[in-house]
Amino acid sequence: MNRIQNAFNNKKAFIGFLTAGDPTYEASLENMRAMIKAGADLIEIGIPFSDPIAEGPVIQGADVRALKAGMTTDKAFELAKTLRSETDIPLVFMTYLNPVFKYGYDRFFAKCAEIGVDGLICPDMPFEEKSEADAAAKAHGISVISMIAPTSEERIKSIAESAEGFLYIVSSLGVTGVRSEFSTDLGSIMENVKKYAKVPAAIGFGISNPEQAKKMAAISDGVIVGSAIVRIIEKYGENSADEIYKFVRSMTDAVNS
Amino acid sequence: MSKGRYGDFGGQYIPETLMNEIHKLEEAYEHYKNDPDFVAELDRLNREYAGRPSLLYYAEKMTKDLGGAKIYFKREDLNHTGSHKINNVLGQCLLAKKMGKTRIIAETGAGQHGVAAATAAALMGLECEIFMGKEDTVRQALNVYRMELLGAKVNPVTTGTMTLKDAVNEAMRDWTRRVDDTLYVLGSVMGPHPFPMIVRDFQSVISREAREQILEKEGKLPTAVMACVGGGSNAMGMFYNFINDKDVRLIGCEAAGRGVDTGETAATIATGTLGIFHGMKSLFCQNEYGQIAPVYSISAGLDYPGIGPEHAYLHSIGRAEYVPVTDDEAVNAFEYIARTEGIICAIESAHAVAHLMKIAPTMKKDDIIICCLSGRGDKDVAAIARYRGIDLHE
Repeated sequence: MNRIQNAFNNKKAFIGFLTAGDPTYEASLENMRAMIKAGADLIEIGIPFSDPIAEGPVIQGADVRALKAGMTTDKAFELAKTLRSETDIPLVFMTYLNPVFKYGYDRFFAKCAEIGVDGLICPDMPFEEKSEADAAAKAHGISVISMIAPTSEERIKSIAESAEGFLYIVSSLGVTGVRSEFSTDLGSIMENVKKYAKVPAAIGFGISNPEQAKKMAAISDGVIVGSAIVRIIEKYGENSADEIYKFVRSMTDAVNS
Repeated sequence: MSKGRYGDFGGQYIPETLMNEIHKLEEAYEHYKNDPDFVAELDRLNREYAGRPSLLYYAEKMTKDLGGAKIYFKREDLNHTGSHKINNVLGQCLLAKKMGKTRIIAETGAGQHGVAAATAAALMGLECEIFMGKEDTVRQALNVYRMELLGAKVNPVTTGTMTLKDAVNEAMRDWTRRVDDTLYVLGSVMGPHPFPMIVRDFQSVISREAREQILEKEGKLPTAVMACVGGGSNAMGMFYNFINDKDVRLIGCEAAGRGVDTGETAATIATGTLGIFHGMKSLFCQNEYGQIAPVYSISAGLDYPGIGPEHAYLHSIGRAEYVPVTDDEAVNAFEYIARTEGIICAIESAHAVAHLMKIAPTMKKDDIIICCLSGRGDKDVAAIARYRGIDLHE
């Protein structure tokens, strides 16, 4: 059984996102430790990109801070390696395709396998372009996580059937960022996904409080939270770990309540 | 491998939220491009609204002064709204209407595409929002006001380098929010398929006319055709119908900014490497980790870190040549063509004129060059004055 599956075993998963190097290398490592201590089941480690077109202002800000602080793909690997030496929970990179392409697909996934990073999420690598990285990822046993959006409609079948690791269900139109309400009929999307998917499906984009997390967890296998955590860093800078612990704790309690 | 490939370049690297929409766009385009009513309507708009065909003008004074090849200008600067951008927006906005869209969005650098998009939206009764880097709204304040006069909302983009690339980012983000009622009217031969194809097809009117016009005037094909290249829409339009004429040289002129070795440049072919960004695999100015580089050019319209995939392909197979032209050379050319031919062209187009000035004297008198004047230069006058140290109050 792979590590990603462990996150969903007999429970709803809480997946927390942070950008590596935001606001500094050390602080981001501390914040990830805080998430793990608070019960996060899977950590999404963002490798910052100069032009993250699927992100709202909050995560854009994190990318800017991290790059300014000197974050690189190599340092993100170093960070993941440190984390892996301390925990067995699944770790997944989230970044845009260009940093991965530029690093070299084979080199990137070989390094993931060596260190113990279990998967990759690339919002600008849709189903049609999966063949970019597929062969290299498979060769090293790394899951490429697919996304399903409210607009996916008849695409759900082919995406879900070929999904690896887990499915990332995008809650609503638009980019990442905190939302006060959700207009998408997620229930029927999830129903459709479940018909075809052999892997768990978690909902992300816009989930920012325990009440929303509970609702989303009730109709899926887990929730993904990013902007709401990054907002804490926006506010507390290098001293965010305690606040992140408290917030993630409230969220992990909510998803399994 | 996905559709929309030019060799290894191109593709559809965009978020899942947009995938169904670009499939629908492709389907609609494939249908309407062969629909007689659509073709007739676009043709009517091109002739009676945009002022096509544009002139192919023999620049006799420049030809004599430079003392080599015979020089012709394809006068896209004389189109309605003052640039080649109108060719594309009329087509795309008509397509938006047919698709039942009520709103269009567009990115703009120099403001030429933004003004054209706002114009077509006004004409066709579409809501219009323009995304423009804050830096560019300052450089091109006049165009911002023109867009507002035309009823468009202009959103200054304050992320990243606050220029064209960031305007594209923001337009893509907006599109994922309102994919149901909105068409993103992309301004260049870039982005995910089908945009590079659609924009090329609508812009190819430039070379379709130019080819006929030169055969009529000279009875033979030109030795070379040339154009400036940012994303590459006027160049693709100028090249397209000459690609199969193997003896016609295709020359694209990139913005070298302060020089290709200075780091303050936007010359993608000269300094870029293979990457995946803004929906396409192509060449980009980027660092070793694939972070997109801040680029620089005096010309807001060429200030872009990438190039359309079909240009990258034409370059890779050696069919087209691409040369860097510095700010300084472009400004000199801007002033030279104004003095010599009485034409104030866009600073973007002046990059092509600058290279023309270099190669024309080296060619024979029976050689012919057609250079695309992609736009007019009224918008640039204040910036050129500043470049020359003249404080001009608009």
